[in-house]
Amino acid sequence: MSRLAADVGVVRGSFELDVSLTVEPGEVVALLGSNGAGKSTLLGALAGLYRPTRGEIVLGGRTLSSPSVAVPVHRRRVGLLSQQALLFPHLTALDNVAFGPRSTGGGRRAARETAQRWLDEVDAAALAGRRPAQLSGGQAQRVAIARALACDPELLLLDEPFAALDVDATPAIRSLLRRVVRATGVTTLVVTHDVLDAVVLADRIVVLDAGRVVETGTTTDVLTRPRSAFAARIAGLDLVPGRSSAEGLVTGEGTVVVGTHPEPVEQGEPAVALFAPASVSVFRDKPGGSPRTALPVRLAAMEPHGELVRLRAAPLDGGPGWVEGLAADVTPAAVAELGVEPGDDVWFAVKAAEVTVHPAGR
Amino acid sequence: MSTTQRSPRTARRGAVLVAALVALLGLSLAACGGSGSSDQASPSGQQAAPKTLTVSAAASLTDVYQQLAQQFQAANPGTTVKFNFGGSDQLAQQVVQGAPADVLATASSKTMQTAVQAGKIQGEPIVYATNQPEIAVAPTNPKQIASFTDLNKPGVTTVVCAPAVPCGAAATAAEKAANVTLHPVSEEQDVKSVLTRVETGNADAGVVYVTDVKSAQGKVQGVTFPQATAQGVVQTYPIGVVAGSPNAQLAQSWVSFVTGPQGKAALQQAGFTTK
Amino acid sequence: MNGVPRFLWLPAALAWLLVAVPVVGLLLRVDLSNFFALVTSDAALAALWLSLKTGLATMVCCLVLGGPLAIVLARSHLPGLPFIRSVVLLPLVLPPVVGGLTLLFLLGRTGPVGGFLYDEFGITVPFSTTAVVLAQTFVAMPFLVVSLEGSLRTAGERYEAVAATLGASPVTTLWRVTIPVVLPGLLSGSVLAFARALGEFGATITFAGSLQGTTRTLPLLIYLQSQDDIDGAVAMSLVLVVIAILVIVVTRTRDVR
Repeated sequence: MSRLAADVGVVRGSFELDVSLTVEPGEVVALLGSNGAGKSTLLGALAGLYRPTRGEIVLGGRTLSSPSVAVPVHRRRVGLLSQQALLFPHLTALDNVAFGPRSTGGGRRAARETAQRWLDEVDAAALAGRRPAQLSGGQAQRVAIARALACDPELLLLDEPFAALDVDATPAIRSLLRRVVRATGVTTLVVTHDVLDAVVLADRIVVLDAGRVVETGTTTDVLTRPRSAFAARIAGLDLVPGRSSAEGLVTGEGTVVVGTHPEPVEQGEPAVALFAPASVSVFRDKPGGSPRTALPVRLAAMEPHGELVRLRAAPLDGGPGWVEGLAADVTPAAVAELGVEPGDDVWFAVKAAEVTVHPAGR
Repeated sequence: MSTTQRSPRTARRGAVLVAALVALLGLSLAACGGSGSSDQASPSGQQAAPKTLTVSAAASLTDVYQQLAQQFQAANPGTTVKFNFGGSDQLAQQVVQGAPADVLATASSKTMQTAVQAGKIQGEPIVYATNQPEIAVAPTNPKQIASFTDLNKPGVTTVVCAPAVPCGAAATAAEKAANVTLHPVSEEQDVKSVLTRVETGNADAGVVYVTDVKSAQGKVQGVTFPQATAQGVVQTYPIGVVAGSPNAQLAQSWVSFVTGPQGKAALQQAGFTTK
Repeated sequence: MNGVPRFLWLPAALAWLLVAVPVVGLLLRVDLSNFFALVTSDAALAALWLSLKTGLATMVCCLVLGGPLAIVLARSHLPGLPFIRSVVLLPLVLPPVVGGLTLLFLLGRTGPVGGFLYDEFGITVPFSTTAVVLAQTFVAMPFLVVSLEGSLRTAGERYEAVAATLGASPVTTLWRVTIPVVLPGLLSGSVLAFARALGEFGATITFAGSLQGTTRTLPLLIYLQSQDDIDGAVAMSLVLVVIAILVIVVTRTRDVR
């Protein structure tokens, strides 16, 4: 497992990237940012596809790039998986995966064995003899994952790996990626603008805006208490950490959040429950009725949020701390009807159908 | 799966476009055809312009004939001489097929014979000039070529015409007469190409005609050889009036003019041998 | 449902006929009773064999020289690339005779390069089979370069970038990724170059001359025969047409698939 330390400056036309970033050995970091924030440029510089204008990239003690050094792409041991699988069209799935081991000096036979093992690992052994044209998007991406990992990279770069997949195929591939990345312990940087990817895959989030790091922190911190405008906009979600349960999720102190599991999660595995603030209803008294979760909170703040009003929660005295920052977006009329103000105790309620439970970083 | 109705206006515009395209195509085809047939331009208005004389002549006569035509027209005011220059074979074929021409002047007796046998020549054609092969070499003759046999000297690059064309047939006949077999590096399509090879220095020697050496104006030097006058080597130039020519009299005076003193002078100047 | 506007049918048919009718005319003009004898004469066989031989050699030259050129054009960032590309395309628009003349001025015995070769080594380039291949390569090269560069640009550099991240050196990437990916373009480009070489006339006769067995390729023989042996010329033309059709069928069916 290798540590990545990058201090990179790239100037391309009027765009300027200036990023300092470290990824600890075996850590998975999500790089979030809007289009044009410089995420792909940074990945390109790390992979060696662009030469940085300034700075230094050190991976596992090897200097990959500095004013005097530029290790060529093929000697970096940096794997790259992008939104397109980009399987070589003239090779079978097996030969695609064997390509890396072969190119780095392995014998044909050893390379094929490695490839077979990795195809097994991504549940694609049955696809070994197929050509890329005969694979679905999800199948191709599985093979591409196997291919990237079969070279035993020291650093794995994932460039929006699910962006081109069908919505239906995404959860399965995402949890597969989570599993194999964890299993290999490869140091990983994943670029995404989907919060879920960060939640499921990453230990830590780095937010990039206009070529600079504007925020960094654990996934939970950044998503629940975003400090940058971008994180606030994309996060803007209510997030409850806990462990997966049959009903949905159970928090550390035993509160059950009822929800669905869009991707397979073992019971008891670390997980988060996600829901949109707009799906939260606010009551003065504990609501009953349909299957839903009701959380007692203290109202911390009220702020305008577009045409709605955002109510922010704080823990009750002696209550669980994770409610801090939960948000509910309600109409001004509803606020008037409720007649609440900061400091009041209220109930935040959310229907089971609005809550998704995902496996989470450590 | 478009359900859009074709408006009458669109349909009309389409039709106009088709009409325009077809018209354009017709025009261009007509133009192509027109330019093709004008090669055998028929002075169909012969009765209306009785003083136009059409002469079909071998390409090698181009310069001399054009020069002579000026003198002829000056001597016969109101007369216009039109030429149809080309390969002798082709010209003879055209006359046999009935192409309108008043005079036929070829560059070999064989081709003239084609027309004679078809009954297309009035009386006997007259052989009025000959042209002999000559070896063209670079000025100052660096390879010191003095005879036909010298063409086979080691280190001498020789170019001739292909046997299928008249200048090549002449070269082959000369080989026979000199009893040598040449090893040319190329057998060219026509005599001018042979000349160019020597002029540009890519060949040391080429078998051409005396007239070609003359026309090169010092860019090559000529080397004569005795076999050049042998039977079948010499190129003969017969001329005859085409049978049924509406301008027979004028045609006859052209023949007399070319075979007369002025014609001889011009031919000799160009390198032909006259009788 | 037919998506072709109706008014296009007539000009389309005329365009097709313009090409097809002369070929049919050629077929009708063939002297079938003597066809076999005509195409198996010494001169015909020598020309056919020479054409195939030099055509293949030209194809190899185009591959060995034009292939790398296409890769440089498609992948490098040399300054003046548009200029370099336009020069490569020159033989497409120049009359082949001009190509033959330029080669003659360069490599002829009095040319700067040809003169040196002749004076120092006694080598004469014109009038040799080598000259035929050079002339054909001159006119055929753009076909391969254009076709291959197009394939390379369509394929993009994505596969090559992936190969590099998988640890493949540029040389490995070239052989195991770039070439296999553009193989269809490479094949059709080669076949086109071969076909163009087979039909080459002007540059060859100008630069290489015409001698049976050495420099007289099929088109040169056809032109020579058209002077005195029309039947032979027509028969050989038919042979050339058949070869051309075969070549087109082979490449086109690949492309369409």
